[in-house]
Amino acid sequence: MIAFNLIPYAVAAWIFLCGLYGIITSKHLVHTVISLAIMQTSTYILLLAIGYRWNAVAPVFADISPGAVTVDPVVQALMLTDVVVEATVVALLLAMVVKVHEKAGTLSPDDLKVMRG
Amino acid sequence: MSAKCRLIVFCLSAIPFAIVYLAAAKNLPPWGHYRGPYGDVISSLSVYERHTTDVVNAIDYDYRGFDTLGEEYILFASVLGVMLLLRDPNPKSGTADEGQGLSKTVKFGSAACFGLLLIFGFYICTHGQLTPGGGFQGGVIIATAFMLIYIAENLKSFKAITSHPLMEALEALGAGLYAVTGVSALLVGAPFLTNWLPLGTAGDVFSSGTIAVISASVGLEVAAGFILLSYTYLEDIISGGGKVS
Repeated sequence: MIAFNLIPYAVAAWIFLCGLYGIITSKHLVHTVISLAIMQTSTYILLLAIGYRWNAVAPVFADISPGAVTVDPVVQALMLTDVVVEATVVALLLAMVVKVHEKAGTLSPDDLKVMRG
Repeated sequence: MSAKCRLIVFCLSAIPFAIVYLAAAKNLPPWGHYRGPYGDVISSLSVYERHTTDVVNAIDYDYRGFDTLGEEYILFASVLGVMLLLRDPNPKSGTADEGQGLSKTVKFGSAACFGLLLIFGFYICTHGQLTPGGGFQGGVIIATAFMLIYIAENLKSFKAITSHPLMEALEALGAGLYAVTGVSALLVGAPFLTNWLPLGTAGDVFSSGTIAVISASVGLEVAAGFILLSYTYLEDIISGGGKVS
C-alpha cells in the first residue's frame, strides 16, 4: 500500500533524474535545454499529486454545487505559473543557443572553447 | 571532465538523492488523500468572496496576485531578453521565403483557422473567471492564431499585420495594466491589488471585479509577448542570423 501511495512521487523523481541525466550526458546544447524543460515537468507531477483527491471534481463551480469536494486549487495555480515560466525560460535559453552557434560555430558543450575562461 | 567521469559523479549523487527523496515522500499525503486545509478553504470561499466560479483564476489573479505580477514580469523580461539577443544590427532586405513549399491546402486551412482561433483566444481570455482558462492560456492561443498568418502567407504579411512597434506597445500596455490595477486599489484607500471593483453576479462575464481586468491584461501581455517571440525567431531564421560568422 505504501508503494502504491508513492507512485506519483516516484514518477516525479524519475522524470527529474531523467532530465538531469540528459543535461549531464548532453552532446548538443538544444538537447540540454530540452532536458532542462523535462526536469521542470517533474514539478508539475509533484504539485498535482500533492493536491489530488480521489472522487473529487475540478475546482470550477460554474456547473457544480458550491459545497462539492474539489481537488486542491492552490497547487493547480502554482503549476499554471510554472508552465508559463518554463515556456519563456526555454525561449530565452534557445535564443542564447542561437548566439552560441553564431559565435562558436558548434553546439557541442565539449567543443565550446570560448566558454572556457 | 570526461563523459565517463561525469556519469560516475551523476550516479554517485542521483542514487542517494532518490533514496532520500523517497524517504521524504513517505511523509507527503498519500496519493489521492489531500489533507491540507488551504485548498478546501479557498474552494469554499472564492465563490462567495470574489464571485469567481473558477477558483484557480481567483487564486492566480487575486489571492496570490502579487506573485503572478512578478511572474508576468519574468515573462516580460524573457521576451525582452530574446529580442535583445536575436536582434539583427544590419537587417537584410528581401527575404527569400516566398515559396515555403507548403501546399495550397495547408495555406487555405491555416487562413480558415485564423479567425476561429482568434475568437477562441478572446473567449478564453475573457471567461477566465467563469471556466478554466484566463489570460495566460488565452494569450498563447491568440499568438498561435497570428503564427498561422505566416503559414498561410509569408513573413512579410506576418510582419505587416503584427507590426513590430505596435506589438511592443501592446506588450508593455498589458504588463503595465496589471500594475496599474494593483495601484488603483491604493487610490480608494485599500492595500495593493485589493479587489475593489464591484463584484457583480457570480457566473456573469462582467463579474469578479479586478480578476477579469487582470486576466484580460495578462492575456494582452502574453499574446503580444509570444507574437514578438515567434516574430523574432522567424526573422532570425529567415535572414540567416543563425549562420556562423
